[in-house]
Amino acid sequence: MLILRKFLRDIPAVIGLIIVVFAVIVAIIGPWIAPHPGDIVASHLLQRLKPPSAQFPFGTDNLGRDIFSRVILGTRGALEVALAVVALAAAIGVPLGLVAGYTVGWLSEAIMRVTDVFLSLPQLVLALALSQLLTPSLETAMLALALTYWPFFTRLVYAEARRLRASLFVDALQGIGASSARIVFAHILPNAISPVIVRATIGLGFTILVAAVLGFLGVGATPPQPDWGLTISESRNYLPDAWWYATFPGLAILVAVLGFNLLGDGLRDLVDPRLRRSR
Amino acid sequence: MAKPILEVRGLRLSIKGDEGVAKILDHIDFVLERGRILGIVGESGCGKSTIIRAIIGILPTGAQVEAGTIHFDGDDLLSLGEAVLNTRIRGSRIGFIPQDPYLAFNPVFKVGTQLMEIMRWHATDDGLGKSGREQRHRERILGLLRRVQLPDPEGALDRYPHQFSGGQRQRLVIAAALATSPTLVIADEPTTALDVTTQQQILDLLRDLAEEFGLSMLFVTHDLGVVAQLCDDLCVIYAGQTVECGGTASILAQPHHPYTKALLACHPDRAVLFSGIAGNVPSPVNPGSGCRFAPRCTVARELCFVRPPHFSSDGAGRRVDCVLYDQPTAVT
Repeated sequence: MLILRKFLRDIPAVIGLIIVVFAVIVAIIGPWIAPHPGDIVASHLLQRLKPPSAQFPFGTDNLGRDIFSRVILGTRGALEVALAVVALAAAIGVPLGLVAGYTVGWLSEAIMRVTDVFLSLPQLVLALALSQLLTPSLETAMLALALTYWPFFTRLVYAEARRLRASLFVDALQGIGASSARIVFAHILPNAISPVIVRATIGLGFTILVAAVLGFLGVGATPPQPDWGLTISESRNYLPDAWWYATFPGLAILVAVLGFNLLGDGLRDLVDPRLRRSR
Repeated sequence: MAKPILEVRGLRLSIKGDEGVAKILDHIDFVLERGRILGIVGESGCGKSTIIRAIIGILPTGAQVEAGTIHFDGDDLLSLGEAVLNTRIRGSRIGFIPQDPYLAFNPVFKVGTQLMEIMRWHATDDGLGKSGREQRHRERILGLLRRVQLPDPEGALDRYPHQFSGGQRQRLVIAAALATSPTLVIADEPTTALDVTTQQQILDLLRDLAEEFGLSMLFVTHDLGVVAQLCDDLCVIYAGQTVECGGTASILAQPHHPYTKALLACHPDRAVLFSGIAGNVPSPVNPGSGCRFAPRCTVARELCFVRPPHFSSDGAGRRVDCVLYDQPTAVT
């Protein structure tokens, strides 16, 4: 496989892949590998704010819970949120982009203008406003993120569909009696899917970051969930003495986001050689 | 004579563009008799491809048929809806060979998948089970691929379009057009993208297939040499107007219309001195009411610029749209 060999030569992308695979494994087997899996809800006030030690590698928080366990247990939540948000955003954005790109006229115009409006608003602000408007919870935060992320997919797919619409094989398909729905979903979509995958991969990392920000601002996950952003938010009162309290969840966010971004960049280079990084 | 398979009468079509309404087709008129090959010849931009698109109903946005009829085998194509065209006409009774075989297949699917797809969506319920039908489709496709002389038909099904050469891809496109046993095949410059030797093989193949399957064929090209080899009948188009129609041999031997004469004089095989035709093709925006060739015509009269050309027939299947051949009483 030529493409696999090309990918393996791209060191940053391979590092990204390793991080992502590692994160997924941790997310799946988290409850079994965490040394103190009960520490989601349990509190041990006697051992509060202990610095990192052999027993508590990342230290303990203000309720005496093992931060190492909570970071591990938080992985699943972070990935679930990211996956759900990106999947929902793609489910909204991709069909809209296909329809807008394939048709000509008021429908296409209307879809793209609405997309432009959503794109012109800063994503975080829109997500904050939406989750304030509804009751603050993890679900609302996810919905808000999805509602702000779909326009990126629409723009991307729109451009691809526009290009493919004029291609001769679409003419040929029309000429032999393929319906519009068949052409759009069975023939144009598979041609447009690779940039969507790249965008989704980068979007996963981005969503982890924004979800953490929402958690930090108190409009995302709610206590006692072991959410990374929420943990950093809770740690503010104990800085700078309990430095480990904010540092390790922060590092978890950094590494996860970095992993998805590196992988996404690597995939983009594979899909679109014109954008190849200069190295 | 039996009813013709395809009859285009007085077709007028315009496209709204940035510079105004372009009258792309102005009174296109021709007949394709059953079992014959009709060549539509004209310069680039004269509306050849638009005629094809009007017939199978895949006109670009902004295009509007203003007048005329297209009758195919008893159906008035312009009155049929999209759904009926898809299920009963396109692909099933009219096969379409698009311009460039390099781009005619979807690049992300295997050729076999795409050919099977065409078979599947035009399949009639024949009582066979799903697997029986698949098997029958596969056999038909393999038979066709063998017939169009594609090397290694079984292996071909598992390959992607880019793994074939231009000539092989043209064979695949022809097989795709024939897959559902159409009665009419429409080919849009199918040999233009190929080199001369491959072109020759494809022309021979088309000729044989037309005979073998009893096909009628509409063949659009700008190449008079190709027409001379392949087509029984010939219809010359200039700037969206029908100029001259008739038997290929008859027209090539004795052209009537001044444009046909000028065109033939340009052909390197015939011209001692490569002459060309003075002037350019007129813009289809505001073309005026007369003959569109009049500004470049060496024998044009005043009448030519104002009155649309009447056609006159010599009774032996030849027709010419030119004032010169009007009844003597009309030219005064």
